[in-house]
Amino acid sequence: MMKTEDRWAGERLKETHFHPREAALNLRDAWSSWNGYKFADYYYDTEYEYFCVRNSCGTYDICPMQKYEITGGDAEAMLNRMVTRNIVGMSENRVTYVCWCTDEGRMIDDGTIFKLGPEKFMLTCGSPCLAWLEKSVFGFGDVKFVDMSDKIAALSFQGPTTCAVLKKLGLKGIENLKPYNIKHFSFQGGKLMVSRTGFTGDLGYELWIAPKYALGLWDALYAAGEDFGIQPYGEAATNMARLEAGFIMPDMEFNEALKTVHFRYDQTPFGLNLGWLVDFKKPHFNGRRALLQERSKGPEYTLTKLDIEGNKPAEEATLYCDKRCTRQIGYVTSAMWSPVVKANIALAMIKTEYLQGDIWAEIYFGKELRQTRKVAKCTVQKKPFWAPARARATPPQAY
Amino acid sequence: MKRYDAIIIGAGHNGLTNAAYLAKAGLDVLVVEKNEYIGGAAVSRELHSGFTYSSCSYVCSMMRQAIHRDLNLTKHGLVLVPYLGSVAFGDDGSTLVSYPTEGAGYNQLRRYSPHDADSMFRFQADLTRYSQLIRKTLLRTPPDPTSFRPRDIREMLFLARQFWALGEKELYEYIRFFTMSAAEYLEDYFEDDLVKATMASPGIIGTALGVYSPGSAYILLHHVMGDVDGNIGAWGLARGGMGAISNAIAGALQEHGGEIRTNAGVRQILVKDGKAFGVALENGDELHARIVVSNLDAKRTFTQIMDKDDLPPGIYKKAKNFKIRGSSGKINIALSGLPKFTGVPDNRYVNRGGQTFVGSLETMERAYDCWKHGRWSDDPFIESVIPSAWDPTVAPPGQHWMSNFVQYCPSELADGPWTPEKRDQFGQTVIDKIERYSPGFKDLILHMEIRTPFEIEAEVGLTEGNIFQGELTIDQLLFNRPFPGYAQYRMPIKNMYMCGSSTHPGGGVSSACGANAAREILLDLRRPNTVPEDDFYDE
Repeated sequence: MMKTEDRWAGERLKETHFHPREAALNLRDAWSSWNGYKFADYYYDTEYEYFCVRNSCGTYDICPMQKYEITGGDAEAMLNRMVTRNIVGMSENRVTYVCWCTDEGRMIDDGTIFKLGPEKFMLTCGSPCLAWLEKSVFGFGDVKFVDMSDKIAALSFQGPTTCAVLKKLGLKGIENLKPYNIKHFSFQGGKLMVSRTGFTGDLGYELWIAPKYALGLWDALYAAGEDFGIQPYGEAATNMARLEAGFIMPDMEFNEALKTVHFRYDQTPFGLNLGWLVDFKKPHFNGRRALLQERSKGPEYTLTKLDIEGNKPAEEATLYCDKRCTRQIGYVTSAMWSPVVKANIALAMIKTEYLQGDIWAEIYFGKELRQTRKVAKCTVQKKPFWAPARARATPPQAY
Repeated sequence: MKRYDAIIIGAGHNGLTNAAYLAKAGLDVLVVEKNEYIGGAAVSRELHSGFTYSSCSYVCSMMRQAIHRDLNLTKHGLVLVPYLGSVAFGDDGSTLVSYPTEGAGYNQLRRYSPHDADSMFRFQADLTRYSQLIRKTLLRTPPDPTSFRPRDIREMLFLARQFWALGEKELYEYIRFFTMSAAEYLEDYFEDDLVKATMASPGIIGTALGVYSPGSAYILLHHVMGDVDGNIGAWGLARGGMGAISNAIAGALQEHGGEIRTNAGVRQILVKDGKAFGVALENGDELHARIVVSNLDAKRTFTQIMDKDDLPPGIYKKAKNFKIRGSSGKINIALSGLPKFTGVPDNRYVNRGGQTFVGSLETMERAYDCWKHGRWSDDPFIESVIPSAWDPTVAPPGQHWMSNFVQYCPSELADGPWTPEKRDQFGQTVIDKIERYSPGFKDLILHMEIRTPFEIEAEVGLTEGNIFQGELTIDQLLFNRPFPGYAQYRMPIKNMYMCGSSTHPGGGVSSACGANAAREILLDLRRPNTVPEDDFYDE
């Protein structure tokens, strides 16, 4: 047979290391993209996949996530200069959640730092960060970084039965792995790194392995998970789970500072309720002076969790301090009906000075094509909507 | 002697809901329960090691979301998980799968009948319209149509407005709908018998009617008007079994200071000068309260735990004649593996939902004929669900439990009383039928709990084992439930109320009866209302 050239090759997305297995299970052909990779929006049914995360277990392909290996005697100092949190003194095989800012204190991205050795770290984040890293190593002598994004296959494995499945997979002692800790296993001749991390607010792990072992890992995991309700889940279910957990998402809760066009349409960690990530006691870090000012002045907008009356999701709703909707005080960034909590929840950016008063959401929803408007009362909620004890317990109690 | 504000008889989910709302309003409440466990027919029980059966009710769609949210039942451990992918089996082994996407459903129906595939859209729209209307009455007290009290007039107007909004043609259709049979109703939409049989089957579940009996169309509606997270017609499983619902409501009750006493069966409701003032327990104890609320069915309440002489004339007879016929059995089976069904693809979605063995309209009607003659059906209608395929907490990994709801099974047999032998023969009939569709099924069986109406009545207390606490026919619905003139939860004796499924809106794990009753009680006691409204009025 004559080999025909793919005329659209340049526009086709890359496939992740798990793609062959995922494509077989993507019955809806529902693909979107992330960092140039073909990436499932959902596989079968968004709500079904969401419930796998809350009720049994599911896998979420994080191959497209950016991963940088940072090594050298100055690696720690360089990272500590870049991110707002103090990472000095972090133990080996620990993970920590961080964010990094511009000189103006505006958030570039959030991500995680894995400490893998005294002079070896891995930084993960949603968007490419190569150029910023190159800027950040300036002035540091002994530091080297490598973009490992394509060279590590990674699978987020989340849900109440995950620990049982990993045990069945043969990962001895996995039940003793504490949140944000890392453990290494040998697996089918390769090395499998497991971190107890995730983006769902539930019990869960992330599995990291060299690409050549990816499909073997998938098959073994799915064989072990067969009786524990394993199912791949996509972006749509992830977005539901992370909102219930109160986690922020780029392009939803925050504009990455380096991509922001309008003045101060990006955010500071304080505005995103991430003040706890900013450590002024540590030596100088990027954005320190601006953030000091932001702390004393208070952010213009504050990210707030809302419980909204009724059952119409307040997607893209505008917020007011009065029911008549005369004074706008903020906007909803993410909203959904929470199937597990049975509440109409949202994350919103609200002008800090109005946080203590009444909050009303102007919600538009369609009813058989006809747009309808309603104004619903909002209640500020302090804690995450969903935070089961099993997510923190070690060992996690039986699902 | 301590005097409670309220004593609720029966710790089923409605009794607990009623108590929770009274406690939330600050009342001192006590729930008394005859069994050593709570939950009534919404109960989880481990009868075989490692397997948690939902012994009676097994799926859930009526549970009022507003109550779940208001009582914070998630905090008290309740998670409702929708399940997908039911398969209906015809007599000849043909199958009809309910797929979660419209496209797949359409393609499949076209294999049977292009006409029916097309008609399904109209059917769903009509059913949704009826459902949306009736749903709006669930968390409301039915108005008394003979009363001129402002509240009754207001509620009558509310109902009238809802009906009127249907438009003239649909209004006629709606009235017809209440009195039609499920099979006749479906004639208007479908031509294929398996499609009709599948759609008709919810019309007989729990009721002593056949698919051709007038009134079964409404039962059909009653089974599809529920929802899970706004998806009308969807069904959910309670994580940990149906007992998780009762336990969560009990948690809310206790959070508000309410008490539950188990092993405390009520012998009699105490009445003096036409007023209820407490209960006498089977162990001889007397407990006093300002009001007494019965969560038992109407027949049991008035004919078993009340003195006939305490009742106004006519009530005893009404209760005695209350239509509460036992028609169904339940078989809970622990399995060593997931059963496979002939003609059903072995995939993670379709092979794991529910199975309905409908056969055909004729098979279902013949099954009903058996019941009429005092026999269990020799070729019964079975609705099965395998909760463990969805819920990892109810069976050991790789093993499963299967809930089988069986129509028909009479409460009284023509050839004398139920015996353990007859009960086992009934069970045998059911597993023989399943084996026909799933060769090798019997080899998987580890344990069985067989429940005929006799066991259900003896254990749960439902008269004749009727799952709805009384038939859901128009003569016993809305302002006729349980009896005309007594539909507002107040009973003929002062200070006495009812809050079970014998009251509006009837059977199903909805919490609506208990909540509605609480609203009326709080009104009488001049306490602020604690019961929320339903949250879908702008659907």
